[in-house]
Amino acid sequence: MKKILIIFAHPAFQKSRVNARLIEGLAQMEGITFHDLYQAYPEFDIDIAAEQQLLTGHDVIVFHHPFFWYSTPALLKEWQDLVLEHGWAYGSQGNQLNDKWFFNIITTGGGAAAYSQQGYNFYTIRQLLAPIEQTARLCKMVFLPPYVVHGTHAITPEEIEAYREKGQRLLTMIRDGDFDLAAAMQLQYLNDYMKRSD
Amino acid sequence: MHEGGFFYQAFVYLSAAVVSVPVAKRLGLGSVLGYLIAGIIIGPFALGLVGEEGQDVMHFAEFGVVMMLFLIGLELQPALLWKLRVPILGLGGLQVGLTSALILGAGIAFGLAWQTALALGLTLALSSTAIVLQTLNEKGLMKTAGGQNAFSVLLFQDIAVIPILAVMPLLASGHVAAGSGDGHHAVTWVEGLPIWAQTGVVLGVVVMIVLAGQYLISPLFRIIARTRLREIFTAAALLLVIGIALLMTQVGLSPALGTFLAGVVLAQSEYRHELETDIEPFKGLLLGLFFIAVGASIDFNLIAADPLLITQLVIALILLKFVVLFVTGKFFRMSLDNNLLFAFALAQGGEFAFVLFSFAVQNQVIPPAVANPLIAVVAVSMALTPLLMLINEKLIQPRFGTTEKAARAADEIDEQSKVIIAGFGRVGSTVGRFLQANGVQATYLDIDPDNVDLLRKMGLKVFYGDASRHDLLHAAGAGEAELLIVAVDDPVKTLAIVETARKHYPNLKIMARSVGWTDSYDLLDAGIGDVYRETLDSALRMAADALHRLGFRRHQAMRAVKTFRRHDERYLRELAAMRHDSKALIRGARQRIEDLEKLMQEESENVGKHKDLGWDATTLIEEYGKMQSDS
Repeated sequence: MKKILIIFAHPAFQKSRVNARLIEGLAQMEGITFHDLYQAYPEFDIDIAAEQQLLTGHDVIVFHHPFFWYSTPALLKEWQDLVLEHGWAYGSQGNQLNDKWFFNIITTGGGAAAYSQQGYNFYTIRQLLAPIEQTARLCKMVFLPPYVVHGTHAITPEEIEAYREKGQRLLTMIRDGDFDLAAAMQLQYLNDYMKRSD
Repeated sequence: MHEGGFFYQAFVYLSAAVVSVPVAKRLGLGSVLGYLIAGIIIGPFALGLVGEEGQDVMHFAEFGVVMMLFLIGLELQPALLWKLRVPILGLGGLQVGLTSALILGAGIAFGLAWQTALALGLTLALSSTAIVLQTLNEKGLMKTAGGQNAFSVLLFQDIAVIPILAVMPLLASGHVAAGSGDGHHAVTWVEGLPIWAQTGVVLGVVVMIVLAGQYLISPLFRIIARTRLREIFTAAALLLVIGIALLMTQVGLSPALGTFLAGVVLAQSEYRHELETDIEPFKGLLLGLFFIAVGASIDFNLIAADPLLITQLVIALILLKFVVLFVTGKFFRMSLDNNLLFAFALAQGGEFAFVLFSFAVQNQVIPPAVANPLIAVVAVSMALTPLLMLINEKLIQPRFGTTEKAARAADEIDEQSKVIIAGFGRVGSTVGRFLQANGVQATYLDIDPDNVDLLRKMGLKVFYGDASRHDLLHAAGAGEAELLIVAVDDPVKTLAIVETARKHYPNLKIMARSVGWTDSYDLLDAGIGDVYRETLDSALRMAADALHRLGFRRHQAMRAVKTFRRHDERYLRELAAMRHDSKALIRGARQRIEDLEKLMQEESENVGKHKDLGWDATTLIEEYGKMQSDS
């Protein structure tokens, strides 16, 4: 059984519609640690040692956040800057994260079509995630495709519920080892892994 | 034409000082020269406002020198004194020895008995502690290598006076019994004791002073400070100095040396600054009086009788001492700048010469015919010293000196903190601890003696005293500090400190703790931008946690608090400015209620609204949401 750490970052959670629903029940799931970053560090005073300990105690690391300006919210960026230390996370002596799995759960306002050369975001999600993918690679982690909730500006409650249910099923499969890593690595989105098994 | 009344005399001396010193300072001559000129003017040979009693005044005023050495001791940590041992013994010993030897040779060459010549040499080798130190202090040169070395030599000379006084009777032609003493060194406890016993008593007293300074004086001053009566503290400080001076005289030591020693012992005491500021005005006045008396005592009749001889002797004395000092300085590898300062500063006769001359005449070592013109020579050389130092500073240094002086001087300024914290209570201690944790050492001032005591035990640099006093701020280093943090809890006192500091140290940045709105207004009016209301931040933190308990997100509460604080600070400043516009000054409770009303109205209109629009998707949904559902 794999232990999963969800690092959740949303600076204005009180205004959230989609993410508020998506995380429902996560904290109660067995084998999953739900870590609400903005709640833990409202003043950005990240406890580096505690964060590193948290990382060491898990096998799968998930960044769960809205895709603000094609990146993570500010606190999660600061978290990367401070927690992923040289000599700990990367470098010849930095092997603490070796072979852990890593992926993003992100929500975007724009629809899937917007993230293409023809759309107004021009780049694909995978292209835009390149900095994070490379970060994971440098930390010798296994970078999995992201789980993406597109089109949140016009999403219906039923659609959100479907995303939530599918996402949590995915997490359960990963947790229980009922997951084909090689197959998943071929995909653009983790969403499609579920499509495959459906 | 003068009368003997005390008030009359005081009036004459004080007016002379008040008139001539500012004029002298204005002309760039320094205060010492001002006093000396004042003395000459009121002396028996010009206006004749003071007469023969000038000598008595001089003896009395010599106590100023004692106080000065006490103050110098206070600024000298024992460790620093230990570092000076080489210049004190080496430079001082060499200077006194060489000068005495040369004058001895010259005296014999001029046909004086060798005993007389030796007495002259020893007497004239001494320089004037009072004039030199006062002038160096005034010019801010005490901390330079030249100043330190001059000080070391003076210290050696002060110590040397004791054996010189002891040797003098032995040089007598025989029939005068040793130890008859003059009025100055009257009957002492140790007289008649064998040498070893005398030495024993002297050592015992010195040890006693060191021990008392270490263990007795601080607790004593603490008790006195607790009475919170300033004048009693001042009285105790004076008593301490006078007591030590008396004690020293009794065992045959120089009072200046004894008080200097006491000063060194007390240099690490928490009451150092307070002692300094209490003694300082007395020392200043007495020293001024002393300089005036020196000026008044110059015997112009004698000079007029044979001006050529006196002039030649003065030039010879100054030249001889200068050359000896310069060579000695060179030998000790002083840089040219420092050596020039050192040699010019010490090239005169000293006030001890007056004492030694009269002592020598009494013991018939020196005949009056030789002593009298030389007393005049010493006085004139003393009077010329500030002038010589001025010539060195203005004419010689710029031409021959190097430029390293400034850099060198800055090096040797002792551990001065950049931050002064006034008040070491709840606020001050937190600020101080935080600064210390980040490697910033502050100087603390506090008015509670118990508090001071406790904190010093914890190894902090805390001093007792009222920070609204200019002299105490000065002693704490306000002239060199960058920042003054006023953390006392009494708004009236805070304002007083701020006003003193702004007046005397316009470049010192000030941060002030305030209690509420009204005193914050006062501080803002006084021109202090950095005003910190003591309870605002805890109240806001509490409010933020309350929001969180009610279910708000922590980050949201934190941002709300920041917005609120920013708004509150801005509004405080607006209201402070507004107070001046309203013709009728509504003060007190009504003012506060009115302010609060305006504030709450403002807040419900502006602050409550969420402004983090970057995180708000409403307008986005309006624009893109429709697009998406259309497509």
